[in-house]
Amino acid sequence: MRLEFPVAGRDFQAAGGAAQKIKRTLRQIGIDAETARRVGIVAYEAEMNIVIHAFSGKVGVDILPERINVFAYDQGPGIADIDLAMQVGYSTAPEDIKEMGFGAGLGLPNMKRYSDNLVIESEVGCGTSIRAVINLPTKEGS
Amino acid sequence: MGQLFHSVLLIEEKCRGCTRCIKNCPTEAIRVRAGKARINAERCTDCGECIRTCDNYAKTAITDPLSRLKDYEYAIALPAPALYSQFGPDVDPATVLAALIDMGFDDVFEVAYGADISTFLTVEYLRRNKRKGPMISAACPAVVRLIQVRFPALIDSLIPVDSPMACSGKLAKEAKSRELGICEGKIGAFFITPCPAKVTWVREANNLGSFAVDGAISISDVYGEVAKRLPEVIPPYPKPKASSAGAGWGRTGGERIAAGIGKSLVVDGIHNVIDVLEQLEMGKLSDIRFVEAQACTGGCVGGALTVLNPFIGRMNLEALVARLETPPNLFEELDIDLNLLRRFDEFAIKPQIVAVPAFRLDQDVSRAISKAEMIEKVVNELPGLDCGSCGSPHCRALAEDIVQGLAVDTDCVFKLREEIEILAEQLFEMAKKSPPALKDNDAFSKPWE
Repeated sequence: MRLEFPVAGRDFQAAGGAAQKIKRTLRQIGIDAETARRVGIVAYEAEMNIVIHAFSGKVGVDILPERINVFAYDQGPGIADIDLAMQVGYSTAPEDIKEMGFGAGLGLPNMKRYSDNLVIESEVGCGTSIRAVINLPTKEGS
Repeated sequence: MGQLFHSVLLIEEKCRGCTRCIKNCPTEAIRVRAGKARINAERCTDCGECIRTCDNYAKTAITDPLSRLKDYEYAIALPAPALYSQFGPDVDPATVLAALIDMGFDDVFEVAYGADISTFLTVEYLRRNKRKGPMISAACPAVVRLIQVRFPALIDSLIPVDSPMACSGKLAKEAKSRELGICEGKIGAFFITPCPAKVTWVREANNLGSFAVDGAISISDVYGEVAKRLPEVIPPYPKPKASSAGAGWGRTGGERIAAGIGKSLVVDGIHNVIDVLEQLEMGKLSDIRFVEAQACTGGCVGGALTVLNPFIGRMNLEALVARLETPPNLFEELDIDLNLLRRFDEFAIKPQIVAVPAFRLDQDVSRAISKAEMIEKVVNELPGLDCGSCGSPHCRALAEDIVQGLAVDTDCVFKLREEIEILAEQLFEMAKKSPPALKDNDAFSKPWE
């Protein structure tokens, strides 16, 4: 099944709401706590990146029997150097947002850390799209 | 099963079927059906929020009656630190303890002293535990239950040491059994509780075979009896054992102050606690070491079974904390007296904390997924006003109830009105129609003209 939520740039009041709704559904489906937590973190970071950097976008998940795909795409400034953006502590967030305690340069590294596969595509001046895969634990492993 | 016992319950006659409690329940455990609130036992955390919000006093908590003392050869009262806060700013804890004995208890054991022990165990646990990131106090049973139901990923972040109540019960019974030469089973330890969640915790532990505490009597039930004795009772002990820090556990922030752990976060009020737990679950706040979370605003002084306003209770407790002392070598003394370091494992939390999947739509994952899909469809067709008139707390909850077969879409008054409107239009259209035998310009007869 697919869940998809609109995200507005700079809307810090609503920020985190999409990730919370996603977590709610995962809990209802009975996805194990640790996987749900990983999906929640990846979705939250993707959502926050849109809030901090982009004009508008969407974040969502596809829930499949063996894995969960988190996706996000936005209309925004894009990422000039993805490798650099993947480094812990690197951030292009504006000063006023850093003052609010966001933009610590942990978003993309966290998404990589908590997903099994992460693909980022971006075009400067257009926007960014992100796809992350989180595998569900196999029967033997759980 | 023990886990289905709940202290919080409804007084049917008083419930008017309003929507106040369903909207305030942090785990969406309440529905109004046939004009009465119904509590889902699996989801309820006994936080007492519904008791506080009900204007008709239709929610109450089952606690143990004082008559249960007779079930035991020897009965010990375990007064919560919050009890001291109920009798003004100048109360001497020793007189409160004396009043409890005068009321019929054979002895008392201060839970404030148990709090000193819990502090010791918490600090020791954090020293031994190498796991990074925030660890959450398990002292508030409503918070623990909330984590079991809504935040299972955080169960491993709970500090698994006994609460002040459990430490007190265990040590009190142990000591008395040795002193009197009777077995622990003949000694009853009764917690004087500020909240229903503790009542549930005690009952559940008993059902699972753990008897550190045998019952819980509400502060409001002993309040009058204690208050009237205070002016004249003579304290049995010249000086209670608990430290200032231990007594301070009765209000929010007390645990943090007592434990003195560097970076700590203190939160109270169940809805604020949920916000913080959401963030912790997201891996935020990773630089914090200790989280003190209290379901009630103000901490235990704000419990649903206390008598005073939480803020007045807090003020009174602050005054007591200022009068008492915390010895600089408190932990060393405790360890010498009770051998805590060597016995550390005996104070592991009981019963063990496990996830309670109360929100799961179906045992089968693929069926659960299709139900989740249906919920999304249904919720889009509902008005999104979250009025609660259907008896579910908000439109999404109604959608979930519909998909689970617990409600129908016309339970929504707006959906019902929509359907009535459609039906009325159809009726109107039908009313305009008449059989050909009654119509005048009949085209059928024209060819014969």
